[in-house]
Amino acid sequence: MTGIVKQIERRRFDALVIGAGGGGLRAALQLAQAEADVAVVSKVFPTRSHTVAAQGGINAALANVRPDNWHWHMYDTVKGSDYLGDQDAIEYMCRAASRLVYELEHFGVPFSRLDNGKIYQRPFGGQSQNFGGEQAARTCAAADRTGHAILHSLYQQNIRAKTHFFDEYFAIDLLSDPEGYVQGALVLCIETGEPLIIEAKTTLLATGGAGQIYRTNTNARINTGDGMAMALRAGIPLQDMEFFQFHPTGIAGKGMLITEGSRGEGGYLVNKDGERFMERYAPTAKDLASRDVVSRSIFTEVKEGRGCGPNGDHVLLKVDHLGADVIKSRLPGIRDMVRTFLHIDPIDSPIPVYPTAHYTMGGIPTNRFGQVVAPEHHGAEEPVPGLYAVGECACVSVHGANRLGGNSLLDIVVFGRAAGNHIIEVLKESRYHRPLDQASLDRALAHLARWERTGGSETVDSLRTDLQRTMEDYCGVFRTQDVLDEGVRKVRDIERRLADVTLQDHSRVFNTARIEAFELENLVDVALAAVTSAAARHESRGAHSRIDHPTRDDEHWLKHSLYFRDGGQLDYKPVRTRPLTVDSFPPKARVY
Amino acid sequence: MATVKFSIYRYNPEQGGAPVMQQYTLDQIEPGMMVLDALKRIKVLDESLSFRYSCGEGVCGSDGLNINGINRLSCITQLDGLGGRVEIRPLPGLPVIRDLVIDLSLFYQQYRAVKPYLVRTDPEPEVEVLQSPQQRGKLDGLYECVLCGCCSTACPSFWWNPDKFRGPAALLQSYRFLADSRDQITEQRLDELEDSYKLFRCHSIMNCAQVCPKGLNPTEAIGRIKQMMLGKMI
Ligand code: SF4
Ligand code: SF4
Ligand code: FES
Repeated sequence: MTGIVKQIERRRFDALVIGAGGGGLRAALQLAQAEADVAVVSKVFPTRSHTVAAQGGINAALANVRPDNWHWHMYDTVKGSDYLGDQDAIEYMCRAASRLVYELEHFGVPFSRLDNGKIYQRPFGGQSQNFGGEQAARTCAAADRTGHAILHSLYQQNIRAKTHFFDEYFAIDLLSDPEGYVQGALVLCIETGEPLIIEAKTTLLATGGAGQIYRTNTNARINTGDGMAMALRAGIPLQDMEFFQFHPTGIAGKGMLITEGSRGEGGYLVNKDGERFMERYAPTAKDLASRDVVSRSIFTEVKEGRGCGPNGDHVLLKVDHLGADVIKSRLPGIRDMVRTFLHIDPIDSPIPVYPTAHYTMGGIPTNRFGQVVAPEHHGAEEPVPGLYAVGECACVSVHGANRLGGNSLLDIVVFGRAAGNHIIEVLKESRYHRPLDQASLDRALAHLARWERTGGSETVDSLRTDLQRTMEDYCGVFRTQDVLDEGVRKVRDIERRLADVTLQDHSRVFNTARIEAFELENLVDVALAAVTSAAARHESRGAHSRIDHPTRDDEHWLKHSLYFRDGGQLDYKPVRTRPLTVDSFPPKARVY
Repeated sequence: MATVKFSIYRYNPEQGGAPVMQQYTLDQIEPGMMVLDALKRIKVLDESLSFRYSCGEGVCGSDGLNINGINRLSCITQLDGLGGRVEIRPLPGLPVIRDLVIDLSLFYQQYRAVKPYLVRTDPEPEVEVLQSPQQRGKLDGLYECVLCGCCSTACPSFWWNPDKFRGPAALLQSYRFLADSRDQITEQRLDELEDSYKLFRCHSIMNCAQVCPKGLNPTEAIGRIKQMMLGKMI
């Protein structure tokens, strides 16, 4: 190996950021502004990252439209999480929200405006005033293109700060030394097909979610859980992977996201009888109950024969009563999309929708500074030296068992910035790079070489299709022990078949088949984490709905799951129920 | 359930030789299928075909391609309107890396060169900088750009001078900041566009506005920049 190693190019930076969505870019900006040498590695050009697809907005208690304060936002988030969220992190996020949204505005984000010139805010699901009272309006929006607006502005500010970008580089594995210090990563230049070692004193994973483990999903092609799987391979567990959000309103059968903002603006769901069925399931919040509740309601309507269309397999989202002006000014992107993919205009016709795989609540366990934490010597809250994670790939955990709409864009900017700040402090004390560990590099290179093999009997595409179908059929909205156990067996089987997958095309230059092969490995690891964790949790909480265990069981299950790749082992750790300064919100029955 | 014939530009620098147009036939093309769906099916048959895509819904801007002679995003271009023969080439005018993947470095460089970020010189308030809905409305039709490159690679002036002429995408972004009531370096932005190439190579041929898959109009934005410059000179 040493002969080969000498030829591999090496670059050294203070800080490495893997992923150039909102979380990675917000962290990189903090670092670049502090004059750290920061490298951002992304498998796509930064503005192609999936943050770009976020529509509805970002939560902050600015109180521009209705009375609000951060403490109410905190309550809603804890309740939305079905009490599985860590209350220290949630307090931190909700307190920081207003300041960080103003900061985004200063970065140039073109927020929609109110007549008085302030940022426009709309109501969103699970929001209340006064700890469960009237509907709040907390979601700051740039029409229905908020993610696009934020991602582009953050990228633009990074251009200004002269952040160093490695665009279209794919991260293969983390590098770490025997003491557990993470030292950077082995990455692959997609254009040339050549490996590159990036050494760094700190490494931040900001690689986004893993919606591609499901067949029908709202996610971009690139959401393959790369950072999560890299962490698993480095011996770090994934937390709460059984909690996967199904967004109530994906375009039926296709999956494109229709923002919750369409209900925030006054849209509502109807079944085949034209009934506004959410009134039965959530008498107070109705269509703006939290996402897990609305998704289950739609699912139930369809299962009980009240679905719409010739096959009765979806419900309708009505926005036509809002009028052309509201739709054109507040939901222009949705209108475009519905016209493109359904050939109808939401100004005249309701939109067929169905719950669709959307968001990975679980992920790499971190504390509120973005430090990755894993049990090593003294407990589950012990930081892994040199390693950080933020955003959808991480589990800090502010979303617990169910994320509220508008909290994911907030999560990425709050913890992207927090991680950046923590890294800046660490860099002050780490003057030198630790010597690179050869064994770790050899392992990563062996992984890289794996796809040079020939003669296998399976293809990437067929295995990926099987995996996505299996996850959809065996780890969906409603779950039972039998089905989940069968799911675990099937995904394990897919994992075994992975060894027989080989590529036909072994060329170097921009070989996307090769990248898809690495992504498939990541998907399999993440799917196993999800289905294994789900089979083990014998209660219903948030997005994890067990028909055979229909209630929440705080006595036994108010705890985070930790899944380890090695042997598929599970462990658990307590929820951090103590906030930073205010009183804890103890678990209560959750009604909307 | 129609059958469609595809003719796709293939080039792999490792294999040497000139680019070729390779033929593929797909049946069971259902109504509403997009060009991207077809490309994905072809990739299952032939994994060596490389192309970029990500969101699949027209917001990430990854998949600008020249389809039957017109630059567009494959994920929101329906096969229905294209007839039984579809010719797919990389966006023209920039170097091809492989197959349908082009090197966009110059395109991005021009984007960076217009300082595509908000600059304020006033002290920062602790709250939002106010902006009326009318002022904010001026950004509609500008901020939605997905940087797909369809416009700039349809522009003859950009083909001839991709290193000197900013091109429609970058100029649209330049105007996005010139039009923003919050931005405070208007003079400087205009000064920096003042030579015979950066802006003035645009001869208002309108190719760019005709192809933009997001319905944006770079020609109009360029016209407004020219007006602002004139206003400044008077
Ligand atoms: S109008 Fe100007 S920028 Fe647009 S295509 Fe013509 S020359 Fe190029
Ligand atoms: S202006 Fe339109 S065509 Fe040009 S880069 Fe932007 S979105 Fe693409
Ligand atoms: S794949 Fe994102 S715009 Fe087409």
